[in-house]
Amino acid sequence: MWKTILRRVLIMIPELVILSILVFLLAKAMPGDPFTGSINPKADPAQIHHLMEIHGLYDPWYQQYWNWVVHLFHGDLGMSYEYQEPVVDLIQQRGANTLWLALFTMVLTYAIGLPLGLYAAHHEGKLQDTLVRVYTYVTMSIPFFVVLVLGIWIFGYALNWFPTSGSISATATGFGATTMSRLGHIILPGLLGALFGTVNIVQYLRSEVIDAKHSDYVRTARSKGVPMKDIYRHHIFRNSLLPIAAFAGYSITGLLGGSIFTEMVFSYPGMGLLFLNAINFRDYTVITALVLLYGFLNLMGTLLSDIVLSIVDPRVRIE
Amino acid sequence: MVETNNDQFLSIKDVSTAFKINGQYYDAVSNVNLEVKHDEILAIVGESGCGKSTLATTIMGLHDPEETKISGEIDFEGTDLLKLDEKGYNKFRGAKIGMIFQDPLSALNPLKRIEDQIQEVMIYHTKMTEKQRHARVIELLNEVGIDDPERTAHQFPHQLSGGMRQRIIIAIAIACKPDLIIADEPTTALDVTIQAQILDVLRDIQKENHAGIILITHDLGVVAETADRVAVMYAGQIVEQGTAAQIFNEPKHPYTRSLLRSMPQRDNENDELYVIQGMVPSLQKMPKEGDRFAPRIPWIPASAHEARPTMHDIGDNHLVRCTCYKDFYFPDQVKEGAGHESN
Repeated sequence: MWKTILRRVLIMIPELVILSILVFLLAKAMPGDPFTGSINPKADPAQIHHLMEIHGLYDPWYQQYWNWVVHLFHGDLGMSYEYQEPVVDLIQQRGANTLWLALFTMVLTYAIGLPLGLYAAHHEGKLQDTLVRVYTYVTMSIPFFVVLVLGIWIFGYALNWFPTSGSISATATGFGATTMSRLGHIILPGLLGALFGTVNIVQYLRSEVIDAKHSDYVRTARSKGVPMKDIYRHHIFRNSLLPIAAFAGYSITGLLGGSIFTEMVFSYPGMGLLFLNAINFRDYTVITALVLLYGFLNLMGTLLSDIVLSIVDPRVRIE
Repeated sequence: MVETNNDQFLSIKDVSTAFKINGQYYDAVSNVNLEVKHDEILAIVGESGCGKSTLATTIMGLHDPEETKISGEIDFEGTDLLKLDEKGYNKFRGAKIGMIFQDPLSALNPLKRIEDQIQEVMIYHTKMTEKQRHARVIELLNEVGIDDPERTAHQFPHQLSGGMRQRIIIAIAIACKPDLIIADEPTTALDVTIQAQILDVLRDIQKENHAGIILITHDLGVVAETADRVAVMYAGQIVEQGTAAQIFNEPKHPYTRSLLRSMPQRDNENDELYVIQGMVPSLQKMPKEGDRFAPRIPWIPASAHEARPTMHDIGDNHLVRCTCYKDFYFPDQVKEGAGHESN
């Protein structure tokens, strides 16, 4: 199994190199220069020319790329033009916010989705199953942002149960109060996100369990005289979790990626909102850093999925 | 040969299995009567859809009770299986009745080691310790002809060939020395050389355990090679039943005769094979009355058939449904003198 993991990690290295070159070249291909907007418009073009020269922006692209990579390895992703803060610091603050929200959403998603999918499959074709399926179809057919806006309107403004924006109340001080305040800010977006996230899991698990229930190996187990309750425990459940386990790797990617919709509607200062604003303000250093980070997270998610799969499915293992 | 009644440990009496289709029940198996004795292989033959697998699953009690209606009686060593609840049935499944399935590629759980899958049946029916179970697994794997049992026990199904997997399924079926083994097309998914090996394994096991085997197949070659007695099924009914010799040497029912004639033989390889006209009726279109095979031999006059065909004993427990066999002839052969078969 370690061989599989090692092989996958080794494959990731060239993938990352290619990704970083693409991201860098795309950033370079964007029109304009980093200085024209940030200094006095009456400044002498020669001065910009000078700045470009001392920042090495006239060097050939591979030399610039190399400098960028060296900085990258020193943990330096440059300064944000909009916030006038190192990009690394920005990502750290926003990343933490996103992480809390996403973790909360993910735990809720699985805590609701797994039992619900199993429940529906167990009662296949009956009223209980139909109700769960109606829920999944209805949720799937409403656009996510509509639900977010409705949720914020009902529970935030009308009922005033939850705060409607931000990640923490400005008046909260002390560890207990700040923690409670943070939690209060993620409950509503987390719940609404989970409401949507469960749909995938419920449908996946439901169809997997139903497939397994009618599979030949379950029939074999029944002909061994194994009670159905034990067949669910030993045969059906584990086999049905395979695609969910594979899926989990990707959803961990989302932990740091953040949901642009949720963060925008709730004005929640996370990675998604940072990315959206960076695009609006042409904050090139932030965009480059985030695209690279997202790419890296995606590769990590795939790797994680593969590792999880190779643990649970002997057919994927290399022995 | 006269058998004592004690040998008859399974008797299926007037069993019908009906499936619910669009809210209505249709018979897939109708009024089947069969006996199985120790030390014998009873083959059930018939084409796809004739109800032979349905009958096997009925004996095993594996049908969904909400989708099927089963009537009759299955007397297994004094217990009527059809009266058992799920818990009671589980005492028979695996312990007293073992089942071998058609497709060895999908009949094993892909995520469990061979050893665990064989041990599972012992966990539910014996009080053996883990150590004893392991020893039994190795013994079983030897019995079904696996070369390196210790290694195979530790492997996963995907690491084994189809033939090996079918041997594992057999090992599971015989792990608790059942009295009855139901083999539902055990060789269909395998190639011919492996087929012969698997049939050998089945025969050896039967001799050793004094089990009775119900062998379900559409392959008359397999039947000729292994079976002691044969029941021929058509459209959910048994149409002819007798010893293998009776069925192969003196087939009576038009369906049996047609089946045998449509089997390629070494001496007729240049002739065109005989083809039975028409198709098996679907469950919904099954004729309610009359001989179900009559539409496929339209040249036989209706008067030759019984209105309600029953089984007739024509001597030595050779049973044939309907009286039409007396007047049956193949259309390409001249009809011989009537009544020559009523000796």
